[in-house]
Amino acid sequence: MAKGTLYNKVWDSHAVEKLPTGQTQLFIGLHLIHEVTSPQAFDMIAEKGLKVAFPDRTFATVDHIVPTKSQARPFEDAEAEQMMGAIESNVKKFGVPFFDFKSGNQGIVHIIGPEMGLTQPGMTIACGDSHTSTHGAFGTLAFGIGTTQVRDVLATQCLAMDELKVRRINVNGKLNPGVYAKDVTLYIIQKLGVKGGIGYAYEYGGTAFDAMTMEERMTVCNMAIEGGARVGYVNPDQTTFDYLKGRKYAPGADKWNKAVTYWKSMASEKDAEFDDVVNFNAADIEPVVTWGITPDQSVGVNAKLPSVNSFSADEVKTVELAYKHMDLKPGQAIKGTPIDVAFIGSCTNGRISDLREAAKVAKGRKVSKSVRAFVVPGSQQVKAQAEKEGLDKIFSEAGFEWRAAGCSMCLAMNPDKLKGHEISASSSNRNFIGRQGSKEGRTMLMSPAMVVAAAVAGTVSDVRDLMKTS
Amino acid sequence: MNKINQIEGKAVPVEGNDIDTDRIIPARYLKEITFTNMGKYPFYDERFDAQGKPKGHPFDLPQFAGSNILLVNQNFGCGSSREHAPQSLMRWGIKAVIGESFAEIFAGNCTMLGIPTATVSQAEMARLQALAKEKPQTKFLLDLDKKVLFSEGKEHLKFDIHESKRNALVNGTWDSTSLLLANAPKTSAVAGKLPYVSGF
Ligand code: SF4
Repeated sequence: MAKGTLYNKVWDSHAVEKLPTGQTQLFIGLHLIHEVTSPQAFDMIAEKGLKVAFPDRTFATVDHIVPTKSQARPFEDAEAEQMMGAIESNVKKFGVPFFDFKSGNQGIVHIIGPEMGLTQPGMTIACGDSHTSTHGAFGTLAFGIGTTQVRDVLATQCLAMDELKVRRINVNGKLNPGVYAKDVTLYIIQKLGVKGGIGYAYEYGGTAFDAMTMEERMTVCNMAIEGGARVGYVNPDQTTFDYLKGRKYAPGADKWNKAVTYWKSMASEKDAEFDDVVNFNAADIEPVVTWGITPDQSVGVNAKLPSVNSFSADEVKTVELAYKHMDLKPGQAIKGTPIDVAFIGSCTNGRISDLREAAKVAKGRKVSKSVRAFVVPGSQQVKAQAEKEGLDKIFSEAGFEWRAAGCSMCLAMNPDKLKGHEISASSSNRNFIGRQGSKEGRTMLMSPAMVVAAAVAGTVSDVRDLMKTS
Repeated sequence: MNKINQIEGKAVPVEGNDIDTDRIIPARYLKEITFTNMGKYPFYDERFDAQGKPKGHPFDLPQFAGSNILLVNQNFGCGSSREHAPQSLMRWGIKAVIGESFAEIFAGNCTMLGIPTATVSQAEMARLQALAKEKPQTKFLLDLDKKVLFSEGKEHLKFDIHESKRNALVNGTWDSTSLLLANAPKTSAVAGKLPYVSGF
């Protein structure tokens, strides 16, 4: 088993008791909730006559079902309105702080936690959403959980957990221009597979990670779960501390030095032992595009699609289904594949730096007539900042719709959906069949800059070609 | 809490690797604020066409009606943490899932509902799925104490199951709230020692 890693330190400092099942009772430092996976959990604790054990360590927002065109109440969709009503009444009844539309802080749960300074190194975090791994960028153990576990955290602020192994993933060297954190995370998943991380926590490191901003680290950790890893994290460093300083819930000036000392002490030791170590070179990574129905079915933008028999016997069935569903053929180039929809947003790539990079490419260009394109900021704060910088105008002039904050077409529980057989270029995290709201709909995942390049050309393109000419 | 030692019944095979939670339960059904109706929706888009007519998915074939053991392949339940996925299977009638491998959040969610997730090798699963297809009336018995699957009363194969999950099921502690609540004083003590909880 791993020794001396951040994983071990956070685990040990939060372990309450060994349970008779063999699992460990783990204290959860921060519980984030949203409208979709909480109503049943609140009902369950109400039924048992329990309260929220640590209401001051619980924070709520709304993101999955909220419409991004008009957020006027009542919502057009009666079911969405009912769900909104449920979280509003639950947070009131149980005394949980709630970042709603009026707060100016509403947004995708994994975007607002860091933005508000709630997410801090050395914490355990839980949220009823699998992309909770995002918060690992700060050196936390952040678990996506099911609704019954949300009930447990509400009622006890604890989870019953099994210990994981730790795999260190090094990416060393410098990323090439036009290659983003999204490409790094898709590349790692392509190499290790969607099942590769089962049973592991992923510790990301190496000089490429050292050089990344917090927002880039979040993009990588966000998709740890797509590689099968329950959590992913980066050790906290000066970049982490600089990001947190001055944020609403971050420690104040009087406590700052003490906090930083503690945070530093939680990082993996120099001589930490891992259960597994994998090394990649940053220079080998190209802009990545998924062509299939699992996030590991991807290629570099200039590559041809792989032949079915290049996969192991295990994978052949999924690969055949992928080709059939996507209406693509082995041997064809991914570049030039026509798209119908371009979507920029989600907890993977809906932060301000993502929008800035996308706007750089969109500036002075026009979305192809055949493409429906929209940009959905990840939070109200991201939206306000983008508008202050004039990014909304750049997008609108280029032909992108500018929306309000929410999950939007990442999972299509709201009005933003693919129709029929449409194919999208998306900056989100899942290309599963039916994920974007149509069971025949198709998704190609890529970086926000690559989404803009595809929107402009009307086909999958290499964003680096546009960068040369701009 | 119920101790779950044995599960007996017919088995329904749903073949394919990497069957994700969006395929098990499409996101539009997550808009309901209770789990009450979830039994109507498992694999919905794979079972019904646009007119709502069944397409011949195993969950709709008469020979598999009344099955309570689900036979799957690799990485079943990958993707989202939505508990709606195991809830929909459970409310359709599934009491145990046997597969080659499971996504972790999914397997954890199953355990919390009292549904064992047992694993067997690829070859054994091929054999099991073939048997369920050829003789759908076969009676299986999943014995969690012995970690043995019986068919028609005879030992069929040994399976694996994560030990803590098995313990929780056979000892009736799979609904963890009461277990965790019992340690409330210790929880407060651990919380009190964390610098970020006490405000540094
Ligand atoms: S943006 Fe997508 S992945 Fe992220 S929380 Fe929303 S639905 Fe989940």
